[in-house]
Amino acid sequence: MNRLLENRNFLGLAFMLPAAVLLLLFLTYPLGLGTWLGFTDTKVGRAGAWVGLDNYEYLFGDAVARLSLFNTLFYTVVASVIKFALGLWLAILLNQNIAFKSAVRAVVLLPFIVPTALSAIAFWWIYDAQFSIISWVLVKLGWIDTYIDFLGEPWLARLSTIAANIWRGVPFVAICLLAGLQTIPPSLYEAASIDGARPSQQFWYVTLPLLTPIIAVVMTFSVLFTFTDFQLIYVLTRGGPLNSTHLMATLSFQRAISGGALGEGAALATAMIPFLLAAILFSYFGLQRRAWQQGGTDK
Amino acid sequence: MSNIDRRNFLKMSAGLAAGAATGEVLAQDKKAAAKPAAGVPTLNLKPEKGAKLRVLRWKRFVAGDEELWLANTKKFTEKTGIEVRVDSEGWEDVRPKAAVAANIGSGPDIIISTFEDAHQYPDKLVDVTDVANYLGAKYGGWYDSSIAYGTAHGKGKKWIALPMGCAGNALVYRDSHMKAAGFSTFPKDTAGLLKLMQALKAKGTPGGFALGNATGDGNVWTHWLLWAFGGKMVDAKSNVVINSPETIKALEYAKELYQTFIPGTLSWLDPNNNKAFLDGQISVTCNGISIYYAAKTSPDAKLKEIAADIGHANMPIGPVGRPTELNLVFPMMVFKYSKYPNAAKEYLRFMMEKEQYEPWQQAAMGYVTQPLKAYESNPIWTVDPKHTPYRDAMKIMQPNGYAGEMGYASAASMADFIVVNMVAEAASGSKTPKEAAERAEKRAQRYYKV
Repeated sequence: MNRLLENRNFLGLAFMLPAAVLLLLFLTYPLGLGTWLGFTDTKVGRAGAWVGLDNYEYLFGDAVARLSLFNTLFYTVVASVIKFALGLWLAILLNQNIAFKSAVRAVVLLPFIVPTALSAIAFWWIYDAQFSIISWVLVKLGWIDTYIDFLGEPWLARLSTIAANIWRGVPFVAICLLAGLQTIPPSLYEAASIDGARPSQQFWYVTLPLLTPIIAVVMTFSVLFTFTDFQLIYVLTRGGPLNSTHLMATLSFQRAISGGALGEGAALATAMIPFLLAAILFSYFGLQRRAWQQGGTDK
Repeated sequence: MSNIDRRNFLKMSAGLAAGAATGEVLAQDKKAAAKPAAGVPTLNLKPEKGAKLRVLRWKRFVAGDEELWLANTKKFTEKTGIEVRVDSEGWEDVRPKAAVAANIGSGPDIIISTFEDAHQYPDKLVDVTDVANYLGAKYGGWYDSSIAYGTAHGKGKKWIALPMGCAGNALVYRDSHMKAAGFSTFPKDTAGLLKLMQALKAKGTPGGFALGNATGDGNVWTHWLLWAFGGKMVDAKSNVVINSPETIKALEYAKELYQTFIPGTLSWLDPNNNKAFLDGQISVTCNGISIYYAAKTSPDAKLKEIAADIGHANMPIGPVGRPTELNLVFPMMVFKYSKYPNAAKEYLRFMMEKEQYEPWQQAAMGYVTQPLKAYESNPIWTVDPKHTPYRDAMKIMQPNGYAGEMGYASAASMADFIVVNMVAEAASGSKTPKEAAERAEKRAQRYYKV
C-alpha cells in the first residue's frame, strides 16, 4: 500500500479519477447519448429504433431546419463581430484612467449579471408591438406615425434579437479583454513611445499582438454562447415570426420536447457540434499561431 | 388504426353508443342530462393504506381556480387522510414533464396536462374506466369531445384519462365598438366576421388575433379557421390532406382578415392579445374568459369600464356549416408507476363530484368548461350572460388532429406550429396560399409518416 502511494503514476491517476468520473458522467455520457439519439427515431414515451442518417436527411430537406441554420449563422456572426468590436472599444476606454473606475467597471458588468430570462422579458416589452417604449418615444417626438413592428417583420425581428443578444454579451467580452489589457506591461508602451510610436501604432503593434491569446479565448466562448443561445429567443419570439428567428437550439427544443420527436431534436442539436468545433479550432489555430504565444520564441 | 370506429362514433349523438358499449346508462334527453342522476351506486375504489399523492397541474390563468382547487384538495385530505401535494407549472412546461415522467417511469402520480397527451403514451396510464363510467352515469354523460380525448383511440371503451374540462375560447369584443361600426349583434358566420372586422378597421378600432408562435391563442384560432372552411390536416385514415381547395379558401380568407388586424400580430405570443385588449387597443380577439376575468376583478375603474363593455360570442360558423372550435382540453392522467393508483382515482373522482366541481368552476368564473353534461346547469353560466358562450366549449369543439386519430403525430404537428405558420405565411403575404399549404403538407407528412 505504502509503495503504491509513493508511485507517481498511481498517485497521478488517483488524483485524476474524481475529475475523470465527473467528466465521463456529466459530459461524455450525455453527449454520447444525445448523439446516439440523433440516429434513432426515439419519441418521448417510447424507445426508438436505429434509423441511421434518416433524421439528418430529413432535416436537410426541411425548409424550417435550413432556415434555422441560416438564422443561427447570421445571428452568431453578426452578434459576435459587433460584440467583439464594442467589447474591445469598451475595454480600451475602461483601461484609461477615468473617475470612479471600479464603480464604472461594475456597472458595465450589469447586463451580464441580470438573469437572461429577466433581461429577455424586459426586451420583450421594449419590442412589444403595442407597448414598445422606443416606438412610444419616437411617436411622441413626432418622428414616426405608427409603432415599429420590432418582432413582427422577419428581418427586423432578426436584428432586434441580435441587438438584445449584443446588449447582454458585450460586458463579458469587455471585462475579459480589460483583464487582458491589464496584463500588458506598461514598459512595453514606454519603449514604444520612446521609439516614437503613435497611439494607433502602439495599439496595432503592442496591444493587439499581446491581446490575441485572450481574444481567442473570449471570442471562442462568446461564439459558443451566441451559437447556442436559447432563452432570449424563447422569451422574445418562440422562433417567430414565420420562423425567422428560430435558432437551431430553439428549434431543437420545439421538435424534441414540445413536439416529442426526441430523435430528430437530438439530431438537430448534434448538427450544431461541427459548427462549434469549427469555431473552436479556428480561434485556436487562427489566433494563437505564433510561437511566443505558446511559450516558445519567435524565429 | 381504428379510424372507422372513431368516425362512426363521432357521428353518433351524445355519446350514446359509447355509453352502451361501456355498459353505462346515459340519459337521452338533454333536460334529464342536465341534472345529476339519482341512484348511481357509489364507487368503492379502496384507496391504498398510507397513500400519499403528488399532483402536477398547469399553473392557473385565473386566481380563483387555484384557490378552490387547493381548497377542494384539502377537503379530500381531511376526508380520506390521504396527503396530496399539488405542484403547478406553466402550462407549456407540463407537457414535456409529463412525457419525461411517462418515459422514465417516475414522477407525480397524477398529471393534469393538455390536449392529446394521454394518446401519446396510452400504455403508461392507469385504466380509469370505472371512474369515468361512474361519473358519466351520475352527471349526464360525457361530451363527444370528452370521450375522444379520454378514451383509447377515441373509441369510447377504455378510458386512459379523465378530462378535467377545457379552457374555452370565444371571440371577445367591445360592444360599443361593434355598435359604432354598424353591427347590432355579433356575426354568426365567417363572412359576417370579416365584414365586422373591416368595419372596425375603418373606424380605427381594429381587432387582432395572434399569429406568432403562440402555443395557445395561435393554434386555437388558426385551427378553427382551417376547419371552418372544411380544411383539415389529415383525413380519417391519417393521410395528410391539408393541401386542399378548402384550405386554400381558408387561407384566402385569412389574408383578407389579416388586412383588418392591428399591426404586430405576427409577433404576438399568448399574452399579447390580452394586454392589447385590456389597454383598449383592440376591439376583437380570440381568447378564453381570462380577459373578462381580469377586467371584471380589477380595482381599476378604467378596466371595470372595459369589462362592462366586453361581449363574448362563439367562434363564427364557416362554410362547413357547423361549429369548428378547438379548445384547450386538460386530461387528468394517472400513471402506472404510481404506487397508489386507487387513491389517485379516488382523488379524481372526488374533484369531479358536483360538491367540488361546481364551486371550483364558479371560483374560476367559468375559465374551465365542464366535460360532463350535467354541469351545464351550473349557475356560473347564467349568472352573467357574458359567461354563457363559454359553457358550450366542450360540446361544440372538434378534437385535436381532426379528422384523424389523436396521438404522437397530431401533437407533434401542433407543437411544430404547422397550421399557425401556414396561416401566418398566407395571411402576411410572405407566401401565396398555395405555397403555404404545400409547405404545411410537406412538414405534416413527416409526422404522419410514423
